[in-house]
Amino acid sequence: MTPSRPRRDYTLTTVAPGTPSAMGWARREEELRNAGTGTGCVHAGAQPDPAYGAVTPPIYQTSTFARLDVRTTAGFEYSRTGNPTRSCLEDALARLEGGCGAACTSSGMSAALLALNLLETGSHVLCPADCYGGTFRTLEHAKRVFGFSVTYLDLSDLEAVKAALRPETRLIWAETPSNPLLHLLDIAALSEVARSWGALLLVDNSWLSPAFQRPFDWGADLVLHSTSKYINGHSDVIGGAVVAGPTRTDLAPRLALLNKALGTQQSPQDCFLVLRGLRTLHLRMQAHEANAMALAAFLATHPEVRRVTYPGLPSHPQHALARRQQLGFGGMLSFELKDPAGLDRFLRALRWFTLAESLGGVESLSNHPATMSHGSMPPEAREKAGIGDGLIRLSAGIEDTEDLLEDLRQALDAASGASETGPSKARPAQRSCRKEPAR
Amino acid sequence: MKTTQHTDTLVLHTGNEIDGQYGALSIPIYQVSTFLQDSQGNTKGYEYSRAGNPTRDALEKAFAVLEHGKRASAFGSGLAAISAVFMLWNSGDHMVVSNVVYGGTYRLLTKVLNRMGIGATFVDTTDLKAVEAAIQPNTKAVFVETPTNPLMEVADLAAIAALCKRKGLKMVVDNTFMSPYWQNPLQLGADIVVHSGTKYLGGHSDIVAGLVVSATEELGEEVHFLQKAMGGILGPQDSWLLMRGFKTLSVRMEKHEQNARTLAQWLCTVPQIKKVHYPGLASHPQHGIAKRQARGFGGMISFELETAAQADHLLDRLEVITLAISLGGVESLICCPAKSTHASVPKDVLEKLGVTDRLVRLSVGIENVEDLKADILQALRSA
Repeated sequence: MTPSRPRRDYTLTTVAPGTPSAMGWARREEELRNAGTGTGCVHAGAQPDPAYGAVTPPIYQTSTFARLDVRTTAGFEYSRTGNPTRSCLEDALARLEGGCGAACTSSGMSAALLALNLLETGSHVLCPADCYGGTFRTLEHAKRVFGFSVTYLDLSDLEAVKAALRPETRLIWAETPSNPLLHLLDIAALSEVARSWGALLLVDNSWLSPAFQRPFDWGADLVLHSTSKYINGHSDVIGGAVVAGPTRTDLAPRLALLNKALGTQQSPQDCFLVLRGLRTLHLRMQAHEANAMALAAFLATHPEVRRVTYPGLPSHPQHALARRQQLGFGGMLSFELKDPAGLDRFLRALRWFTLAESLGGVESLSNHPATMSHGSMPPEAREKAGIGDGLIRLSAGIEDTEDLLEDLRQALDAASGASETGPSKARPAQRSCRKEPAR
Repeated sequence: MKTTQHTDTLVLHTGNEIDGQYGALSIPIYQVSTFLQDSQGNTKGYEYSRAGNPTRDALEKAFAVLEHGKRASAFGSGLAAISAVFMLWNSGDHMVVSNVVYGGTYRLLTKVLNRMGIGATFVDTTDLKAVEAAIQPNTKAVFVETPTNPLMEVADLAAIAALCKRKGLKMVVDNTFMSPYWQNPLQLGADIVVHSGTKYLGGHSDIVAGLVVSATEELGEEVHFLQKAMGGILGPQDSWLLMRGFKTLSVRMEKHEQNARTLAQWLCTVPQIKKVHYPGLASHPQHGIAKRQARGFGGMISFELETAAQADHLLDRLEVITLAISLGGVESLICCPAKSTHASVPKDVLEKLGVTDRLVRLSVGIENVEDLKADILQALRSA
């Protein structure tokens, strides 16, 4: 019995970056196609380095690549156009979303810019009225500069969507669950409308990640990510991605070309970190969800709380849709205090929840949408979207559930004035960066 | 300050409060060698990055909390950490060491420290009587690895700690295999804990690092002095990545163990596998001790095949599980210790201990466990 296929051979031959290795490794690609989500998260995009067999991709911190002659490169020529570390991340995201290709960008908003550049001038876009504040700002900019027209409406109202279609409608921009009110959209229904009209359906999947929602399974054409959120998951990278659907082989090369032309690409260091974050995505999402569920259930019964919105609660108006369309309910929830006067006291008293922009990191965050994440929306638009001044958004981290529950308990006491000691016990370092609480 | 005993929360919130400048949630990477002094000798707490660096400090503070110790020091590798600890003793001193110790530690003791006149006797540390019998008048410390690498034997830490206390010896524990998530030797009476941060702590197979945690300020200060004097420090970039690794320690360790338990039980039913070593199996000789002194059994398994050729064949055929040295990363890794991690130990010594060419060591990753089973099955089937 002699080993007939010594896989270690690859260490002896230096081959061009990106060249698939010849031995056992090559089959891993096939195996990944049928592998579970966890195995996908751990191995997607991780072709062992063909040069030395390193199990993590090297960080190719280089701007340019040597050529053999004027016509021949080893697959890469200039890091804006393509970089081996970025390729690994792009492969991984495409694999996890079930798409045919991805373009990784320096932020979620540059990913949005990339996606909008797929359209011609004069195009009409449908967008949710309660879209992310940054999306709103970019679309308003696109109206002025790209000559787009945009209709903001409730995309869950299919009749309204059909009525809003115009001959030049080219894109339906969907965010589900919505930020911050966790309003869900039926991706399959929207994809049917989009297909019948010859428009693209883009789904922003930042809030659930491919571990909990796979928009391509429901017919989406494009998936957009702020990878700064759950995909990276450690609150230490800003990044974005656009993924082309499994059959949209026409869009994948256009995205790559636009990334090169617009210069929106992500740096090798950051691509490496996002890829590192991706390795624990499945475990983090489970922990985020377990905590969010516990927090939502707790808040739902608390006398100081008016309304808790979390798709995992049976009371959520679209709970059934969440069950059907999603693989999990996610880690985001929002609620309102009965007495908005306690808002500042509540946010100041929180100890484990840090008051900060962003979401999806391992540490729990609190957010006041009216002044923070949706501050770029004019008050009328915010009003229309239902984002009141008393609304609080929580991103449940992966801390111990009991610690988070206890934190909410004492902060709600502080908000109602029941506890005089609440705020003074706040962690000193946190207090120091909270000198300017949200107003 | 709000405190908690829950490791899940601690890993996320200790050592992370330092950025008073801008309130960044992630600690800044102070990639700097030296620090401005307002006037001669008047610093803002740091003068030179070998002596101290804000990013490394944050890591050390966080880790001391995680291991329930007083002070931690971070090193450029697990062996740099162990070397620094061994430098606590003097020429002519002696140590009692686990006989199935990591090959690198064995090499350090038998090829380097012996030249400095620091002696070591290797004994089976699962046998308390053997440990006591090996103690000499010049013995200064007992060095224990548990579970042992690669045979997963478990030593009774509280019992050895009591013996050390009685004899006035320091007790050092290599806690790499369990991580502070499952086991805290300082709470069981050890004086010093060492770690290869490369393994579960970093957790992503992308840094090489080591850590030392001391039970007392005085001991911590001595190690810190050696860190500065010998210079085996961990760089700011790697310190930051190591802290980033901690943040998912709890979810990773839970999954590593869940997968390892499932696989260990399953491997017992695979006809080609002759013996499975995993402390979580009720059949493991020290299962009771493991249960008592740790909160879990970890993610490391070793198992034996019938012949060395079968073991080679298995390693060559695996597709999802990677053939590579090291352990504790998110991806499953497998190796034959006798030919790799323990190659620095003489063959006859290994054979006597049971570390044969038929034995393979599996670091169970956080993949879907069904995929790991299928991979092992296909590799065995193609035999």
